[in-house]
Amino acid sequence: MAEIGTNGNLLEVKDLRTYFQTEDGTVKAVDGISFELKQGETLGIVGESGSGKSVANLSIMRLIPEPPGKIVSGSVMFRGRDVLRLSPREVRNLRGRRIAMIFQDPMTSLNPFMRISKQLMEATQLHLGHSKEKAREHAIEMLEHVGIPDAGERADSYPHEFSGGMRQRVMIAMALSCQPELLIADEPTTALDVTIQAQILELIKRLKAESGASVILITHDLGVVAGMTDHIIVMYAGKVFEQAPTTELFERPGNPYTRGLLRSVPDPTAEQGKLYQIPGLPPDLAHLPAGCPFAPRCERAEEICRQEFPPFVQLAPDHHSLCHFADEVYAQSSSEP
Amino acid sequence: MLHTGPEFAVAEDVHSILTGESIAGTSLWRDAWRRLLKNKLAVLSMIVAIVIVLGSLFGPTIIKRATGYTYELIPKNQALNKSFPPFRSAEGKFSWTHAMGTDNAGRDMLARVLSGGQISLMVALISTLVSLVIGVSYGATAGYLGGRIDDLMMRVVDVLYSLPYVIIVIVLLALLPAKTPTGQLAELFFALGAVSWLTMARIVRGQVMSLKNQEFVLAARATGVSTPKIIFRHLVPNTLGPVIVYATLTVPTVMLSEAFLSFLGLGVRPPRVSWGSLAAEGAQNLAIYPWQLVFPGLTMALMLFSLNFVGDGLRDALDPQMRRE
Repeated sequence: MAEIGTNGNLLEVKDLRTYFQTEDGTVKAVDGISFELKQGETLGIVGESGSGKSVANLSIMRLIPEPPGKIVSGSVMFRGRDVLRLSPREVRNLRGRRIAMIFQDPMTSLNPFMRISKQLMEATQLHLGHSKEKAREHAIEMLEHVGIPDAGERADSYPHEFSGGMRQRVMIAMALSCQPELLIADEPTTALDVTIQAQILELIKRLKAESGASVILITHDLGVVAGMTDHIIVMYAGKVFEQAPTTELFERPGNPYTRGLLRSVPDPTAEQGKLYQIPGLPPDLAHLPAGCPFAPRCERAEEICRQEFPPFVQLAPDHHSLCHFADEVYAQSSSEP
Repeated sequence: MLHTGPEFAVAEDVHSILTGESIAGTSLWRDAWRRLLKNKLAVLSMIVAIVIVLGSLFGPTIIKRATGYTYELIPKNQALNKSFPPFRSAEGKFSWTHAMGTDNAGRDMLARVLSGGQISLMVALISTLVSLVIGVSYGATAGYLGGRIDDLMMRVVDVLYSLPYVIIVIVLLALLPAKTPTGQLAELFFALGAVSWLTMARIVRGQVMSLKNQEFVLAARATGVSTPKIIFRHLVPNTLGPVIVYATLTVPTVMLSEAFLSFLGLGVRPPRVSWGSLAAEGAQNLAIYPWQLVFPGLTMALMLFSLNFVGDGLRDALDPQMRRE
């Protein structure tokens, strides 16, 4: 494995485009996104359902089903090597070993016919060449590590004997068992109860601090990314709409879409009133309008938004926004308390 | 026998308290087993099938030890033994010697029926093995890989499917005339094996196609597990329920096919016997010596009925949702 890039980036995604061929036309699920991730950092990717955030991360791991999907262009430099140009065997050696993934639904992401211990042992036996005994020991250790009580006894259970939160813990244990450098968590808390959500996020945070891994946290819940991430990417219709450090994004959003998302987070201090909701639905990715894909739902939209695709404006050294009026929105956000 | 949730849960608790074992571990299979045991018809059928199987396996040896008769032994004083009715001795009195009578050469029918059962069991065993090994792996591979490979693989199945197995057997026997009865038996097994895995392949393919989009497959891929391992370690065990059910339901079908071929004279050749060839012989003497057809026919019918009921019971036990529909 080559070393980390000169600029300290563990992962550099450039102009990634993943398209799906459907009967309805070409769906541009991910359409030219770029971002970087430094070692030890956490990146949040936020967006509504269908904004392409999951597809982007599946593309990074080359897990897009082909056909109908296809990574049309772009590069994914992981530790200085382009994942998209590795051989299938090299990619397999990367998966689970250096890049690991946690999925949204812990109910379906464990094999119902395999004992928990077996599923945990698979990765270490495969990548670290552990013997059965050693892999089992390691599996139990990992289960203890993620907070499963009586790990030794429970290791031989089947997934249906575990609760949702416990299963997500098992998934995390599985993902981290080979000490990957990058952990991709795809909506890890969406399917869980609120109380469990906090526990799981706390667990990811703790394990990340211990292992020094970088994390990509995909979510549609801004509340989840707030306390967890260093940087945030807001995605809409397969494009990066805004990209900024977390505090900057929350304090001074430079995009009407981000503002809309922030306004739709419930405010516990507000006594009453209706919760804001962005009007309309995400666009059909097979038939995108000519101009800004968000224009039909945007409060600020003017004629130019419907005609021309917006520019990716730099607002601060590390803050970009895809909007014709990015500067205005940014200024407005900055002036508000 | 519909279970409401709480009642069932209580039953499970009581069970675990009584037996002192935890519900953990293989509770899925244990649940299925328990449901199967509650199905009286299935349990009765299982007992009948087991009796016939044990009888076929050990019966001929026991009869040989007890009376000296085997399926091919023609007694010396034939005139006294030809086509005896059941439970009759040469003197016309009650006797256990020929519980099913004798055939028109004086051979003991019970020994012949039980020996015929051995052929049926062998046929069942071979076709089950073929459909489990070839059918499951073929179907799972086609289903998982999908696309053009799947198309190609399943067209092969379609072509084989469209050939009637009778034709395959006839062509096989014509091309490679068997020199010995054993040789012909081998060809019969080959022909039945060649077609018995096709439906299994289709069933497993369908199962795998619906399973492969589940997240645990994606999770396994994201862990770096190779395609063959995903197919055989992750997907195939998940298809086990339908596979077991279908395998038990295939057995009677294949037994019937063998009997049909033997009845036509294409299957088992004398002196070997099978239920089909016994029925063919018995049918010739039906009007005068009905027991020569009734006993092999009855045994086969019992076996086929019980296997079908066991198969149905297994399906209900392994998939409780189906019954509620």
